Formats: sequence, C-alpha cells, structure tokens
Amino acid sequence: MSDDKLVGIVLVSHSAEVAESVARLAQGLSGSGTTVPVAPAGGRTGGGLGTSAELVVAAAASVDRGAGVAVLTDLGSAVLTVKALLTEGDELPDGTRLVDAPFVEGAVAAVVTAATGAGLDAVEAAAVEAYGYRKS
Amino acid sequence: MLDADFFRRWMAATAMSVDREADRLTALDSPIGDADHGINMKRGFAAVRTTLEKETPDTPGGVLTLAGKQLISTVGGASGPLYGTLLRRAGKALGDAGEVSEAQLADALHAGLDGVMTLGGAKPGDKTMVDALVPAVEALSAGFAAARTAAEEGAEATTPMLARKGRASYLGERSIGHQDPGATSSALLVAALTEAAEAADE
Repeated sequence: MSDDKLVGIVLVSHSAEVAESVARLAQGLSGSGTTVPVAPAGGRTGGGLGTSAELVVAAAASVDRGAGVAVLTDLGSAVLTVKALLTEGDELPDGTRLVDAPFVEGAVAAVVTAATGAGLDAVEAAAVEAYGYRKS
Repeated sequence: MLDADFFRRWMAATAMSVDREADRLTALDSPIGDADHGINMKRGFAAVRTTLEKETPDTPGGVLTLAGKQLISTVGGASGPLYGTLLRRAGKALGDAGEVSEAQLADALHAGLDGVMTLGGAKPGDKTMVDALVPAVEALSAGFAAARTAAEEGAEATTPMLARKGRASYLGERSIGHQDPGATSSALLVAALTEAAEAADE
C-alpha cells in the first residue's frame, strides 16, 4: 500500500472486559506482521457497566495515526455516546467514524483489513459486510 | 428576559430535584430498564452543578452548552448523550446573546429536541423522554407552568405505552404498565424551569 499510515480501531462496549477481550481477539486473528492500533473503551471511568465519553475520546486519540479512526460499538449508550460526540463535539480526531457493524465479527474484519494498510472506507466496508455472514 | 443566572438556577434546580427523586427514578427503571437511571442522572447533574460553579459561563447559551457537554461526559448511560444533546444543541441555538426571551428559549429547546429525536430515533408514542418533552416544548408558549403540566401529563401517559426504544423495548408487552423513567426525569427538568423563574421573583 502506498500510504503507510494505518487506520485506528476503537472498540466501545458497556463492559471493560468485553472491549478488552474483543480487542485481543481481533489482534490475535489478524495474524503476524503489521500491528494495527486498536484501543478498547469499555465500561465507565470508575468501573461498572456503561459508557464513558472520556474513555472513548482517549482511546480514539491513542489510535489516531492520521488515516482515520473506525469506532465499533455494542449497543444503547455506547452507540448514542459516540454519535453525540461526533455530532455535538470536537473531542474526537478528524476522520473518526462510527461504523455500523456487529461488534465481534466487525472488529475482526476491521482489524484484519486495517492491517493490510487499507483506508478507512475499506475498513468500514469490511466491518459492515460482517453483518452478511450467516451462521446457519 | 432570561439571563445566564436564570439558566444556572434552572440547572441547579434540576440537580436538586434529580437528587431528591433519584430513588424513584431508579425504582421506575428497575422493572423495564437496568435500574441505574436515578444514580446516573444524579451523578450527571451533580457534575453539571459543580462545573457551572467553577467555570461560570456568562451567557445562557454558554451555560447550556457546558451543561450538555458535562452530561455527555459523566452520566454513563444513554440518558447522558440524550440529555447532553438536548442542552448542548439548545445552547448552540441561543448563541452568544447575554439575555434571551422565553420564545427564544422555546425555539432553542425545539432545536434540542430535534437533536434528541435524530440521535435516539424515538418518536412520540415510543415510551421515551420524547413523550414528555414534545408536549412540554409545545406548551412553552403558554408559559413555564403550562410546560410543566404538559411534561408531567406526558410522562404519566407513557404508562400504558409499549416501549419501542432502548433496553425496555426488548421486553415487548411486558413494558406496558410502567411509567417511563426517561420521560419522568424529563418532567423534572421542565418543572425546574418554574422553580428557576420563581426564585427570580423573590
């Protein structure tokens, strides 16, 4: 790929453990070689289930390499918090995008695709496509 | 006309009533939600009050924008981005004016409510905060007391509704028969307008 900047991935879950585990899973399945910047943002700042805008903002800043940031969420307040930050605020890096994808499968697809050096559009498309993967 | 002090009193009065009613909000959230609405709202508005005491914005728009930003940061549940968007969008609509009329406040809350409905995707009748806020904003032209009554009636009217948004929507018909916690806290926010206005008359 001509551009060596990698897309960053942020995983927002109500649970810190879920966000961290899915981040490790996606990294683990993306194979050796390029390490994609992935950051979990799970639970509330002081612990407990919920969504912390502060953790989301910090996670996005930590994975921003200038090629855009794809944010995947689980449900409810995770979705609404990211949307509110995108529409109302200026705290997220330029090129941050909420990606509409299943959390686990989408995260794996996004990280695998980002590891190839693909741009934000391709990373998003791969994550969204994970909705179409049928299991039975 | 309403100045920044009015809006600070509005937020402080909301913080007080949310604090007073936190147990009730959580109790309403227990059968159909995840039993955290009272504690979340209490944490959020306590942070709003602290921030407003520390940063003292000097315009109505500044007060609401800061309050909204604080709610998005601190609430931790879906009500954070929803109430945060309501106040932040309303604050932006009020701009830099040092004082605003009640009509301008009504227009700004209308803009905020549009933001909430876009963000959450809820419509009237879905058993959400929208069911208290839509009638309240419509009634604002008749004064704060009318808006308060409309919000409280709107919240009560959510009891027989079937929830179509949020966690309660997973319960389907079992959500019927419970008053919506978000509509209830929205009624507290609207009621606090009358308290902020009464304090000015004293």
